[in-house]
Amino acid sequence: MQLDDVSLYALGDSVLVVQFSDSIGPFAHDLVMAFGRSLADCPFYGMVEYVPAFTTVSIFYNPLVLAYEDVQRQVMERLRQLDAEAAPESRIVDIPVCYGGQFGPDLEFVAEYHGLSEDEVIRIHSAPLYQVHMIGFAPGFPYLGGLSERIATPRLTTPRVRIPKGSVGIAGDQTGIYPIETPGGWQLIGKCPVPLFQPTAHPPCLLRAGDRVRFLPITPAEYRELAQDQDVQVCGDTL
Amino acid sequence: MRVLKAGAHTSIQDTGRFGYQKYGVIVSGAMDPFALRTANLLVGNDEDEAGLEVTLQGPALEMQQDVWISICGADLSAQLDGQLVPQWRPVFARKGATLHFGKPRAGCRAYVAVAGGFAVSAVLGSKSTYLRAGIGGYGGRALQAGDELPIGELKTPVQKRMQKFVEALSDGAFATTGWCVSARLFPAYSDAPEVRVVRGPEYALFTPSSQEAFVSTQYVVTPQSDRMGYRLEGPPLSFLETRQLISTAVTWGTVQVPADGKPIVLMADRQTTGGYPRIAQVITADIPVLAQLKPGAKVGFTQTTVEDAQAILRRRQQEFSMLKMAIEDSWER
Repeated sequence: MQLDDVSLYALGDSVLVVQFSDSIGPFAHDLVMAFGRSLADCPFYGMVEYVPAFTTVSIFYNPLVLAYEDVQRQVMERLRQLDAEAAPESRIVDIPVCYGGQFGPDLEFVAEYHGLSEDEVIRIHSAPLYQVHMIGFAPGFPYLGGLSERIATPRLTTPRVRIPKGSVGIAGDQTGIYPIETPGGWQLIGKCPVPLFQPTAHPPCLLRAGDRVRFLPITPAEYRELAQDQDVQVCGDTL
Repeated sequence: MRVLKAGAHTSIQDTGRFGYQKYGVIVSGAMDPFALRTANLLVGNDEDEAGLEVTLQGPALEMQQDVWISICGADLSAQLDGQLVPQWRPVFARKGATLHFGKPRAGCRAYVAVAGGFAVSAVLGSKSTYLRAGIGGYGGRALQAGDELPIGELKTPVQKRMQKFVEALSDGAFATTGWCVSARLFPAYSDAPEVRVVRGPEYALFTPSSQEAFVSTQYVVTPQSDRMGYRLEGPPLSFLETRQLISTAVTWGTVQVPADGKPIVLMADRQTTGGYPRIAQVITADIPVLAQLKPGAKVGFTQTTVEDAQAILRRRQQEFSMLKMAIEDSWER
């Protein structure tokens, strides 16, 4: 591939970052995915792990085995052979969401803020096929691209101390799902009954960078049923 | 080992959970990996075995069997049945003896390794406690009074070494070796160290005077500092332009600067990705020094290069390998 726009830089003495573009978009995404796949399929000696993000792939390596220049050389060689067309297969993951009420305490606010009905917000939120650009912040937390501007809503003025796991939220033009209980300031519009992070599963997270996500609206009864199933498998996450 | 008193924050940590950062799973692990690794070697464990990380105000632990322990890292006045325990060497403690900690003298994190290691299950390849996700360590949480920490089985050669201690133990609560790790080998834990950094990817986004200020300022570690990151107090740094950055991976020692201009150094429990400008990156070899800073301590930064940072690290590793051999030798004698 052409390497004109790719830049390599060091993040300290044990990370090398490959930056594919200055902006988020399908071009950068496909390259990040293809390069990540190449590293996953064939890790080089001394590589510890890699972290794909919006426009970068960061390679963590063992500096006792490899000097920065060695990693640089290996990465350049690999990039030259990289076939961006051979983007890895993209999975579509359906995420059931029970919107509003106790499941999404801010749905009413989001609807009012945009002068829409709650049903319209739900329809708009569950229409797109979202792109998982990267996973970060918490185990399995997806940075999703594709939220409609019609329901983009600012964060809460005062963040909540505790957001229940599975909560689906909106912050500006981002939407996402909280895989574990954390503090947070997103507008919560619904809750998903399936676990996004299960430490005993392989891999431990439901979503990975490159996946596409679709939100499927479900009823409170369906939520309870799915959450109950989950109790049998995982234990713990109850209403 | 029974926990009689929990202490300020005591958790089980090994050398970290690697391979899952792409899923947003943090690395965790001991804040001062040098101290933990050394503590393990001293009791015949693999160097990356899990130990207890004791922070500032230590716990009280009752030995439920004869054990062989070692305490490395900060000097928190460790005592067995009220008698000061020497650090950086193996210590044989009698069943029923109580280990507790007193006044912090140097540093803020001590590591207690026990021969056989702590027999808790590894989650995603590590025994490190990851509090927020509630996994690893002892029930995914910090220790509480009443917890009983299971100890793993001893390897045969290690068992034999233990025999020597049993013989040496007379009336006291513990017995120890005549040798210890030379103080030359471990960092002098200071309350105002100079830590080496290399330039961060967004170094150029800062004004020349802020770039200059960063290396000439004595920052103060604030009380809001924890295992995730150290928040530093000092004259605020300013940017040439305010630009929204695209989130990307961060790592241990990354010095981020949020809009308020006050640097945050990311530590063991750092998040996997971030979006604040990275002015600098602390070199891996100086992480243990940083890890021992308590709130109120000062820290300054000096610049070096990636090449130097890697050379320093290789030298450290050589010293560590020699230490490993020396410990083995001491047992043979």
